[in-house]
Amino acid sequence: MEETLNKKYSEITINKKWKKMLSAFLIGASLLTLTGCHGSRALPDFTPPADFDTTKNFEITFWAKNDTNKNQTDVYKKAIADFESLYPNIKVNMKLYTDYNRIFNDVITNIATGTTPNVCITYPDHIATYMTGKNTVVPLDDLFVNEKYGLGGNSLLFDGPTQEEIVPQFLSECVLEGQHYAIPYMRSTECCYINRDYVEKLGYTLPDVLTWDFIWEVSEAATAKNADGTFALNGQNVMIPFIYKSTDNMMIQFLKQQEADYSTPEGDIGLFNDTTEAFLYEIADHVESGAFSTFKISSYPANFLNAGQCVFAIDSTAGATWMGADAPLSDISEDAFVDFETEVRMVPQIDPENPQMISQGPSICVFNKADPQEVLASWLFAQYLLTDEVQIGYARTEGYLPVTLKAQESPSYQDYLARSGEDNGTHYAIKLDASKLLLSHTGDTFVTPVFNGSASLRNAAGQLIENVSTSVRRHETVDDAYMEQLYADVTALYRLDQKDIATNGKQALGPLPGAAVLLLLALSLSWLLILLYVLSDFVKKRKKH
Amino acid sequence: MKKTIVLTLALSLVLSLTACGKSGNDGADEKSEGVMTYAEYMAADLDSEVVIETYVQAKQSWWEDKATLYTQDQDGAYFIYNAVCSEADYEKLTPGTKIKVTGYKTEWSGEVEVAEGAAIEILDGSYTASAADVTDLLGKDELIDHQNQLVSFKGMTVETYEKDGESYDCAFVYNDDNSGSADSNSDLYFNVSKDGQTYTFCVESYLCDSSTDVYKAVENLNVGDTVDLEGFLYWYNGANPHITSVNVK
Repeated sequence: MEETLNKKYSEITINKKWKKMLSAFLIGASLLTLTGCHGSRALPDFTPPADFDTTKNFEITFWAKNDTNKNQTDVYKKAIADFESLYPNIKVNMKLYTDYNRIFNDVITNIATGTTPNVCITYPDHIATYMTGKNTVVPLDDLFVNEKYGLGGNSLLFDGPTQEEIVPQFLSECVLEGQHYAIPYMRSTECCYINRDYVEKLGYTLPDVLTWDFIWEVSEAATAKNADGTFALNGQNVMIPFIYKSTDNMMIQFLKQQEADYSTPEGDIGLFNDTTEAFLYEIADHVESGAFSTFKISSYPANFLNAGQCVFAIDSTAGATWMGADAPLSDISEDAFVDFETEVRMVPQIDPENPQMISQGPSICVFNKADPQEVLASWLFAQYLLTDEVQIGYARTEGYLPVTLKAQESPSYQDYLARSGEDNGTHYAIKLDASKLLLSHTGDTFVTPVFNGSASLRNAAGQLIENVSTSVRRHETVDDAYMEQLYADVTALYRLDQKDIATNGKQALGPLPGAAVLLLLALSLSWLLILLYVLSDFVKKRKKH
Repeated sequence: MKKTIVLTLALSLVLSLTACGKSGNDGADEKSEGVMTYAEYMAADLDSEVVIETYVQAKQSWWEDKATLYTQDQDGAYFIYNAVCSEADYEKLTPGTKIKVTGYKTEWSGEVEVAEGAAIEILDGSYTASAADVTDLLGKDELIDHQNQLVSFKGMTVETYEKDGESYDCAFVYNDDNSGSADSNSDLYFNVSKDGQTYTFCVESYLCDSSTDVYKAVENLNVGDTVDLEGFLYWYNGANPHITSVNVK
């Protein structure tokens, strides 16, 4: 009797422990599952509705980027007002940014909380990271060909472009993992804004296509000083002959022109190669002599160019309104300007017969939502930004190029280009020269492969130049050992050695959180105690027998 | 003997208090060994290594373990740009917190600062600067001597905002060309005048975002208001004060 009771008691005790253990295991499993899902909050695949519901009101958010240019803000505002008048049941709330990286950071934060915008100006590099959340960004291919609401669709209330009317090269830049996850909005490239007077004063003739050799040689010549310490070229205390705004582009374009490795489409990184190293040594020499500096180290190239303190200023064509002796936009005072003839050229080349330059500029992505009708409303607005009026209106604000052939070939845009130099506002010659440069060299542009991690690789490319330049200024020794350490530091800084993050398109979950580790340890300990208890009980029974 | 002991104790106490006075809460402490005075910092070459001890006056931003800080000691101010700083340490940096900064001196568009990547160490000690009235220095070369300091401008008149000869017909704008918007946390720009000269001031949205009193106060300014202003004397191709306080008279 006692034995039976004891046995029952034992069974009950063990059952209770089992239940506790089972509960703990299930809770733990749930927690781990939730941890694994953190940030994803997966939405269902987007399926376009058959018809857009005009009886329901939609409020969508549009995160836009402007170049601190009120004309661009005005174009956005007008586009929204015009769109809302066509679709009275859609209200568009715009949030303005002046920095792509801020948009990127905010989107990443809002993916985790399920509060992404509906439509967002962005770069494909960034979209690759957004896509680590399942169904976060809407693939657009099905929408492109939707008979009613697709590109050129028959139920659109505006005259948008057909797919064929979007510049194919620009559209192809929006393909990720075999699908279009964005549409291009504007395109630009980089160009070199030049003080022609200084080049000629130094005894050189400005070629149609700059080479790296030419730009380095003239820049070195421009560092000569008078006996009183002022620069011979401008008589001022400041002269930085060659300033580059975006050093990531500087490295990327140089490597492309040299046919050197950068990365593969799969995300294999080739940035750290001999061509890169040789280029960094060359840059180091020109920093040492004072011939070269960067935006991060010195300031905006335009400020120096316009003050007669720079010969070659490389910046985006989308910054053209800030460049030149008659620049309509400026951060320096009027009395700091000097008069000179401004010229626009392609970025320096290795092979002038086969120029290569970066294609850049904003694209537009649409974020997925639980309500397909809301997504459709978002798509309608995104597509509206490709209409001629918006395209031409925005392109006129800077040295941008419309992304549709429809807009590029329109009489309105052609008339705009033909009136170059009529005034220093809308028809500012340098801005139009920059636009024309891209228009005539669209076929010479390229983009770098996009993958999850490509944005980091781009930053790393620029960081190499920034670090070398800074080190030279600080009188550090730049030699082979330095380069080895530099590569290691930049690799670590941008986590380029974490191939999982960089290549497979799925964000690694990282090490288990501390709480999960503790839970698993507790589980193991509990199992151990159970085992010990059972063994002990078994031994006792054996002894009794 | 007793007298000697009492005298010794009293002397010790006086010495202790003196020592406390130098390293205590008023920020009048001497610099530690190897640490530059403000004068030495200002005399240091650009791109040379600097080591300073200073006191946080305001935090501008933190992102990915980089902190940008307005700091000041009793002799002058130091702008610390993107110093290496964990988020936990950033939380400890309240106004007055003493820090040691090891980095490189640099200049960006006229702004002298400790360059990106400096190391900071939190120390014991506290000092909060009071605003220096530099109203009379507006438009004068001497103003730059107060670069990055907490300063005040008294009795300024709010003017219609103008830039590059274009009038915006309002007291303030979002971004300096009104390309921003109310709900985008844009910087605010406004013009104020004194003795017939007009100056442009700014509420920098990373330092004082749209939820702060100063941001809201500037959004409520009217042309013709007389205001006292406080802020940090940032520099960008000239004085570019980042205003932190507005008092409408």
